[in-house]
Amino acid sequence: MKILTKEILAQTSDTRITKIEIEAPLIAKKVQAGQFVLLMVTEKGERIPLTVVGNDPQRESITLIFQEVGYSTKILGTLNIEDSLYALVGPLGHPTPIKNYGRILVIGGGVGIAEILPVAKALKEAGNVVYSILGARTKELLILKNEIKSYSDNLYIATDDGSLGQKGFVSNILEKILKEDKDFQLVYCVGPVPMMKVVSNVTRPYKIKTLVCLNAIMLDATGMCGGCRLIEGGKVKFCCVDGPEFNGHEVDFDELMHRQGRFINEEKVSLRKLKHKCKLDSGKKK
Amino acid sequence: MKRKKPEGQITKIPLKQRRRTFTEVSRGFSLPEALKEACRCLQCKEPMCKAGCPAGIDIKEFIRLIQEKNYMGAVKKIKETNNLPGVCGRVCPQEEQCQLYCILKNKGNAIKIGYLERFVADWELEHAVQYRVAHIQQQKPTKVAVIGSGPAGLTCAADLVQEGFEVHLFEALHKPGGVLVYGIPEFRLPKHIVNEEVDYIESLGVAVHKNFLVGRTKTIDELKNEGFKAFFIGVGAGAPKFLGIPGEILNGVYSANEFLTRVNLMKGYRFPEYDTPVTVGKIVGVFGGGNVAFDCARSALRLGAAKVCMIYRRTETEMPARDEEIENAKEEGIKLRLLVSPKEFIADKKGNIKGVRCIKNKLGEPDSSGRRSPVPIQGSKFTIKIDTAIVAIGTMANPLLLQTIPGLELTSKGYINVNDNYQTSVPDIFAGGDIVSGSATVISAIQQAKLAAKSIKDYLSASGA
Repeated sequence: MKILTKEILAQTSDTRITKIEIEAPLIAKKVQAGQFVLLMVTEKGERIPLTVVGNDPQRESITLIFQEVGYSTKILGTLNIEDSLYALVGPLGHPTPIKNYGRILVIGGGVGIAEILPVAKALKEAGNVVYSILGARTKELLILKNEIKSYSDNLYIATDDGSLGQKGFVSNILEKILKEDKDFQLVYCVGPVPMMKVVSNVTRPYKIKTLVCLNAIMLDATGMCGGCRLIEGGKVKFCCVDGPEFNGHEVDFDELMHRQGRFINEEKVSLRKLKHKCKLDSGKKK
Repeated sequence: MKRKKPEGQITKIPLKQRRRTFTEVSRGFSLPEALKEACRCLQCKEPMCKAGCPAGIDIKEFIRLIQEKNYMGAVKKIKETNNLPGVCGRVCPQEEQCQLYCILKNKGNAIKIGYLERFVADWELEHAVQYRVAHIQQQKPTKVAVIGSGPAGLTCAADLVQEGFEVHLFEALHKPGGVLVYGIPEFRLPKHIVNEEVDYIESLGVAVHKNFLVGRTKTIDELKNEGFKAFFIGVGAGAPKFLGIPGEILNGVYSANEFLTRVNLMKGYRFPEYDTPVTVGKIVGVFGGGNVAFDCARSALRLGAAKVCMIYRRTETEMPARDEEIENAKEEGIKLRLLVSPKEFIADKKGNIKGVRCIKNKLGEPDSSGRRSPVPIQGSKFTIKIDTAIVAIGTMANPLLLQTIPGLELTSKGYINVNDNYQTSVPDIFAGGDIVSGSATVISAIQQAKLAAKSIKDYLSASGA
């Protein structure tokens, strides 16, 4: 559970996307594209799920990429090489069904780009023609462009501010592509929930199978608590054991967004605690 | 029918403190109290109490040792058959087991065997003389895997390691103990007691592997290839049951498993010192009438809820919870809304729960459980205002591990089918506890695990291991 390497992939004034390679011999051997692990940074920490972005059985390691956005990911971001996690379990969730679908579109938004990387790779290796669309708020936050490119037959980029690629959203590019060419057998999309919702709405009239990878609030991640329940096709599902991938045309995204805000006030309390801690730490250094 | 009061009076912490802290409610016996209680024991020639103990503890003998002030001897005597005395002394329903058979019960005052068991377990901890089994048999090179570290797994592992096998205990969570750490709250079963008893079992030589999800981290087949000769599955009935009514996905609706795991395992009651939050509103409704439901209700109260009511479809008589817990909850101010069934959770404008639509029941004929069944009264719909709901109507089998084992026969409800020896359809795999019987008690899991451990020993010696 030791951190072997660490790299800041992207940084702006308000956020940071970090990549860590963690020693995890058993998980490295087992994990498949689309699966996740659950980790705790400290004994008092939360149990948080993260998609496994890469694995190296020889180095006995897995790679995780996360945006330091909430309290627990910020704490995770404070760890350095040689530091150890308190807990790490996996691999969890169903792997992505990998086969030759034909022509596919993989779409990643923000840190979601990291999550589509192993899937794009596996689908490309399975013989698919891969079109990739990447989106980010701004150029600095658009990660893994070259890596995704190496598994793509076509790569499109959108940024909210137009600093790289087309100005706008991935869904704008998707719409344009589908208007000219509907011959896609799968759309695979990971990103912020509103983005996955819009993408699913775009592909629905074309009846293209659309998989979205969801990240509900989890606790045990083994089907024990039901905290991560969401609605797919009118039925209650558990994100951890039934997913994490679901049919985008059937997911109730509004409900999911609402449930993701369950502990929004407590998150603010935790973030204040972090600010206080940072102040104390910087005080010490002086 | 009026419920009888729990026998005798045990000192509890002051009510005011009880309602707002997670400190253990019952203080247990002091040494003089324990001596006095032990001395009431008649030392029957043919004691009935032992037959009432699923773990088969030699109750008469351990009480005699207390009478002689040989507390260490009493600990040893209990640990010959039960590796979790501090746990069982607290959470066993003794009033339905050993104490039910006590000859003094006819006079209305059975020996408080549970509190005596707890007393000697705590005595050992306090005097820090962790008893180590003196004669662990010669270590056999045979490896046995025990999956799940709840009461069943801990018991099976402890029994097998004392037979000399090399025992590995696998736990998916980051702490061993299963339901003892994630389910039963601190005020009923302090976690340091569980930790001590787990440490004791580790000290016997059991190798504990945390954060290890058998089926995913490694499959049973892979473990077989690594030389494991027999398996015990004691993973409990870990999946939550929901009511299946509209609105159950609203914010503010917890399963008992989620709520208790946040409170106990993740120590949410100490947020923000601990990072995992758990929130309750002003008025909490708990659905169910078992021990877990009472644990939820009493935890919610301690988290600061102004009002907690338990909504149960039958009457108090049919509630499966222990009398002692019902009494404790009532003392603490928890209200019982009886003969009421929930029909729908109602949302406020923001999509948070604001109430539950219910229907009133009357009692009908007994059902398959032998308890009188609730019959809805037509036209009796009404609404109860709540802003937090906790669904504690039981659990079911979690298929996560089971579906990875080819050839493992399950019952129609998804539990594991075993023969009289707790052997499954796969000869080298045994199982016990809630994953076999469905939700039951800690002690019944222990009982099954003990029998399974014996069968595993027989199986391994028959196969020459």
